[in-house]
Amino acid sequence: MDVTLWTLWQTYLARSDRFWALLQQHIVVLVMLPVLLATAVAIPLGILSTRYRWIQIPVLAFANLMQTVPSLALLAVLIAIGLGIGNKPAVVAIFLYSLLPILRNTYAGIQSVDRSILEAAEGMGMSPWQILTLVELPIAFPVIMAGIRTAAVICVGLATLAAFIGGGGLGDFIVTGLGMANNNLTLLGAIPAAVMALTLDWVLGKIEFRLTPRGLRL
Amino acid sequence: MASSNGTSSIVVKLERVSKVYRDRYAVRDLDLEVREGEFVVLIGPSGCGKTTTLKMINRLVECTSGSIYVYGQEVHSLNPTLLRRKIGYVIQQIGLFPHLTVAQNIELVPRLLGVPKAEREKRVDELLRLVGFEPSVFRGRYPRELSGGQQQRVGVLRALAANPALILMDEPFGALDPITREQLQDELKRLKREFRKTIVFVTHDMDEALKLADRIVVMREGRAVQTSPPEELLRNPADDFVREFLGARRILRHPQDVQVREIMLTTPVTGTEDMGLAEAFQKMQQHRVNTLLIVDERSVLLGIVTSGGLQKGIREGGRRKLAEFMEPVTVTIAEGENVLLAARLMAENKAGVLPVVDSRKRLKGVITKATLVSTMVDVLWPSGADRIENGCKVARG
Repeated sequence: MDVTLWTLWQTYLARSDRFWALLQQHIVVLVMLPVLLATAVAIPLGILSTRYRWIQIPVLAFANLMQTVPSLALLAVLIAIGLGIGNKPAVVAIFLYSLLPILRNTYAGIQSVDRSILEAAEGMGMSPWQILTLVELPIAFPVIMAGIRTAAVICVGLATLAAFIGGGGLGDFIVTGLGMANNNLTLLGAIPAAVMALTLDWVLGKIEFRLTPRGLRL
Repeated sequence: MASSNGTSSIVVKLERVSKVYRDRYAVRDLDLEVREGEFVVLIGPSGCGKTTTLKMINRLVECTSGSIYVYGQEVHSLNPTLLRRKIGYVIQQIGLFPHLTVAQNIELVPRLLGVPKAEREKRVDELLRLVGFEPSVFRGRYPRELSGGQQQRVGVLRALAANPALILMDEPFGALDPITREQLQDELKRLKREFRKTIVFVTHDMDEALKLADRIVVMREGRAVQTSPPEELLRNPADDFVREFLGARRILRHPQDVQVREIMLTTPVTGTEDMGLAEAFQKMQQHRVNTLLIVDERSVLLGIVTSGGLQKGIREGGRRKLAEFMEPVTVTIAEGENVLLAARLMAENKAGVLPVVDSRKRLKGVITKATLVSTMVDVLWPSGADRIENGCKVARG
């Protein structure tokens, strides 16, 4: 079956409502929600990892492990342990995948703050909380942000797999298209997902640059 | 000045302070009093405990035993964070906050202390002008846009910002090039005079210590070996360790206090009366000298043989002994004499060597022209003292 821009357009027109609904679901439910959740969990865990070795070792090991499990297998496992099918296991799986890049970058970013800066901060009378919020986190910010960016881009791709367990998103078109050998339908899901990944990376890169203090910009 | 100031108040006091790391004493039974307005320099080779001592004052390092008082209060009765805000702190690596501007770096402690913004801004400008930085140019700069010397100036201003009466400095100029270092030393000296700050300063650079200090504490293996004003230290080093640490600087400032024994060669090339000519000649060549000092079995100096005399003897032939070529030694010097006399005797007598003898004419050493020249070299290019600090890494707690 030949694919041209025209056939693609026809395919889109035939189900434009559904396209936008799936696109929105893809962004909001399958990318933003799990990445925000992962950020909220991974940053505090990353900070604690720099403070306590007994947290650092199991936490980083767990996050590493999660990322080594094949994504489809992870989805299957989540169904098996009783999360069922649909949105829920998909969000959980994507959340677990996003943990590692954010966690690792938070940890590395804070660890990379020069010892002498911390000594100066402590020596001039900053409390541990002030050192964290006024010195370590601002200096680590670009690295943490890069972790979030990586996580988000991974998730856009990963989210297309959610359709296999009924999680929705642009993956729906891909799965259906593959099943019906309809390349137009497959690409109607795949192309926007790819464009979304690139756009997201670009936008987050812009945000990262904007929020990075001038003194830290390279 | 040190003794006449007994009435002024004591800002820092250490009483039998020790710090033990595992089974090693970093600081041992240290007593120290720093008076208001005084500039005290802690000096010593790496690992002597000087940095540890400094850090115990603001509790970056906790002492194992003993008491430390700042402004009369035992530091362990105080909240360390609040204590540190009242004490300026400057470190060698500077440690400016890279994400903050120069102004934000300087005003940080006042900000923590809740000083209103307008007042802080005024203070920042005032401080910047103090070191010749035009506020409108420098306020908004970031640390990486400054040179090393400029960064450390900001580091010092940051320590001054909350106007602490006491400032601790840990080798603040150690990483700077010599010219910049000298400029900053001069500026610090001026600031200290102008604002009557009390400063405790750690260094391993004796020139820096002599230049800045009101009082120098020489430390070794965790103990204070000597605590004296610079002049006193130069005049009366407490022991050989201090003497060696001071090195040749003493000759420049107080040549009359430097004794012959400190610069003499202790292994002069000697011969005996019954030595053969060939053997003597060989010995001279081997040691590259052109005189042999002749001694008896009890090292008593008998005379001197020159290579000129020897050559003549060899030309004339015959198996003869050194005793026949020996000339009497007219000028000698005692170990306890000062180097000025040695130099004068050397010059007046045109002698190549000046034997050093004790009261019973026993040979203890020798001073040659080369000895005097190399001593002068040490004075003029005092790098010899850095020998002790070879590959110095400051021991950090």
